[in-house]
Amino acid sequence: MTQSTVNSSPAHTTKTVRKDNWWLEPASIALGFTLFIIYATFRAFENNYYEINQYLSPFYSPKIILEFWKFSPAILVLWIPAGFRATCYYYRKAYYRSYFMDPPACGVGHGGGSSYCGETTFPFVLQNLHRYFFYMAALVVLWLWKDAFDSLFFQGQFTFSILSLVMFVNVVLLSNYTFGCHAYRHLVGGKLDCFSCTKASQTKHKVWQFVSKLNEHHMFWAWMSLFSVAFTDFYIRQVASGAYSPMRIF
Amino acid sequence: MAKVTLKVYRGDKEKGEFKTYEVPIEDGMVILDAIHYIQANIDNDIAVRWNCKAAKCGSCSAEVNGKPSLMCKTRLDRFAKDEVITVQPLKTFPLIKDLVTDVSWNYEVNKHITPLTSKDEGEWVIYQEDIERVQEFRKCIECFLCQDVCHVLRDHDKHANFAGPRFLVRTAGLEMHPKDTASRTKYLKEEGGIGYCNITKCCTEVCPEEIHITDNAIIPLKERVVDDFYDPIAKFLKGLFKK
Repeated sequence: MTQSTVNSSPAHTTKTVRKDNWWLEPASIALGFTLFIIYATFRAFENNYYEINQYLSPFYSPKIILEFWKFSPAILVLWIPAGFRATCYYYRKAYYRSYFMDPPACGVGHGGGSSYCGETTFPFVLQNLHRYFFYMAALVVLWLWKDAFDSLFFQGQFTFSILSLVMFVNVVLLSNYTFGCHAYRHLVGGKLDCFSCTKASQTKHKVWQFVSKLNEHHMFWAWMSLFSVAFTDFYIRQVASGAYSPMRIF
Repeated sequence: MAKVTLKVYRGDKEKGEFKTYEVPIEDGMVILDAIHYIQANIDNDIAVRWNCKAAKCGSCSAEVNGKPSLMCKTRLDRFAKDEVITVQPLKTFPLIKDLVTDVSWNYEVNKHITPLTSKDEGEWVIYQEDIERVQEFRKCIECFLCQDVCHVLRDHDKHANFAGPRFLVRTAGLEMHPKDTASRTKYLKEEGGIGYCNITKCCTEVCPEEIHITDNAIIPLKERVVDDFYDPIAKFLKGLFKK
């Protein structure tokens, strides 16, 4: 490819001449992520108040108890959603901007440098494993559906509480986020060049269209599900510690 | 009559300065109108590239208050009354004079992309659902605002390694074409440098045609590259079903 040099004329001597609050979005995202990471790390290592009666925290689900494992069981599970979100195309945009400031905002200089490798070398080349995290995250979400349904039964009796409702809302948001993922969109039909060619590709086209609709709002689902999973865990923690009640309706 | 104050870059790549102009405002006026006013009434030698004045030719790309924009699509009533509006040339390309840059690098990049290759020599019947994705990419007017804002080119100067969003869009249009039989994933991974894109979506934000460059072109292409180079299971299955 032909070499070219960026315009280094006196026309661009400052990092940006933008006058809007361009820093607000990356700063808010960095704050939101940091708070979530602190809370999730605390809960993962707390190893307590994650289960009471038929309610199980999404941070500890599926509950894996291994004899030789002396640490919190959350650690055996949380790497899956953590890996899925870390390699997610939306979150990549968000943290490259907010944490790495590469770039912090559009048209805002950041020092640059020709040593930039993007996602071509280790560690960021591992972002290409996103679809493998998707496969595992999809199984975790299916398990959370099971947890939500399990929360409706206590000692064989049907029951319904605000906490169950919170668990259902959480798993709906997580499903919309997970199954609206770009990798899934590709796997389910995006990789095809011809949607009309066979019966199978016509069906794939319909699924692809549905996933594309979810995918259009991927950022929304990403944030909503992040809030909901933390809130659901927090609620279950408070119930398990005796501070709150599950607010049984019937 | 109300006036707007513009700070416009005047000069070449060696020497230049921002010059301040006061321009009378008329209803519906855009930045390009203001530049034309300056050219007609104040500084006749100001250099500006333009053509259709209808946001369709992609000629009048510049940076308005630091944001890559088409001057003919940027209305003055978008700005606060007393705001001084800064107009600069594109940063990513070598400056010729004032607001005109040399964008010929883009045409060189374009030559390296394998054109549409089809084995189907008969009359083409293409269904809408098969061509819809490609039609979005065909809206591109080649204003090169996406190339300008892309930090890989703008800040890291990776012109030798990265084709840029415009040409990833073009490649996507070819790769997803129902009649195309060529594979461009090797080009994308190597010469096109798709791995340099860290999907920060600035290209999508500035596109005047509102093409979903990142979600509909770049990410699907990245996934196709994963199919061929980073996913052993997909590669195995692909080989199995081909046989």
